[in-house]
Amino acid sequence: MTRIGVVTFPGSNCEHDTVWALTLAGADAELVWHRDTDLTGLDGVVLPGGFAHGDYLRPGAIARFSPVMSEVARLASEGRPVLGICNGFQILCEAGLIPGAHIANRDLAFICRPVEVEVVDTDSILTRAAEPGRRLTIPLNSYEGAWVDPSRAGRVVLRYVDDPNGSQDRAAAVANEAGNVVGIMPHPERASEAVLGSDDGLVLLAGFVDSCGREVTV
Amino acid sequence: MKVTVNIVRRPDVADPQGATVARALHDLGHASVRSVRVDRAIHLEVDGDDPEAVRAEVVRMCEELLANPVLEDFEVVVEE
Repeated sequence: MTRIGVVTFPGSNCEHDTVWALTLAGADAELVWHRDTDLTGLDGVVLPGGFAHGDYLRPGAIARFSPVMSEVARLASEGRPVLGICNGFQILCEAGLIPGAHIANRDLAFICRPVEVEVVDTDSILTRAAEPGRRLTIPLNSYEGAWVDPSRAGRVVLRYVDDPNGSQDRAAAVANEAGNVVGIMPHPERASEAVLGSDDGLVLLAGFVDSCGREVTV
Repeated sequence: MKVTVNIVRRPDVADPQGATVARALHDLGHASVRSVRVDRAIHLEVDGDDPEAVRAEVVRMCEELLANPVLEDFEVVVEE
């Protein structure tokens, strides 16, 4: 069975939901403590949502130096799938694994509501199971959720239908060039069962799990 | 030695906080305010006698952690 590690940093708060949703999507998901440096046997890694290290200094600025991150970077360089959700996306940008950075939402309000996103690029470990143009309703839950990328090196794979926060190109999810490292700001794990109001996130997580199960993803 | 690091947002990056503060100042009657940018100062006390060596080390700290080069520039001021 496909094994996926979900990293817990001090201050992460979405790790259990993420393990639950990945299990629904068919994976054998387990928690990995941020100080663990042995990721042997894992087919992919997720950095979940939350407030790692209290978001102190900048969201993800300290988490990127956690011992586990050198192993996450190594997996990414080998082409293995790495997914960052919300705070995880911020950590991946601070770590330089995805281009760009995050700033406060344009209207300076913490946004906590479902948003509609559109699949614009299926060449990524997150979007490969969805069709281009498909719209998904997924909860957004962030304050520094606006992605900016002066280098313009990031590849937008999901775009907000209506701009909620000033994110460049209305980007809701961004991939690295190879497509094996993806950051998504809204929470697919919170749209993984009908009882939650939407299970639109499952097609994204299923694509990620499927990517983890492959020998070579890039 | 006492060192102050000024973390300054790059001019090409949006500053929603600064824009909001400007709006609030206008609401308070300060129509003369043209623009506001809100930045950050970090104060360190660092062991060492040589100001240039201390400066060089704090510059490295800025490059590694204290400033995000995508968003921010930094200035290191060593108090003599």
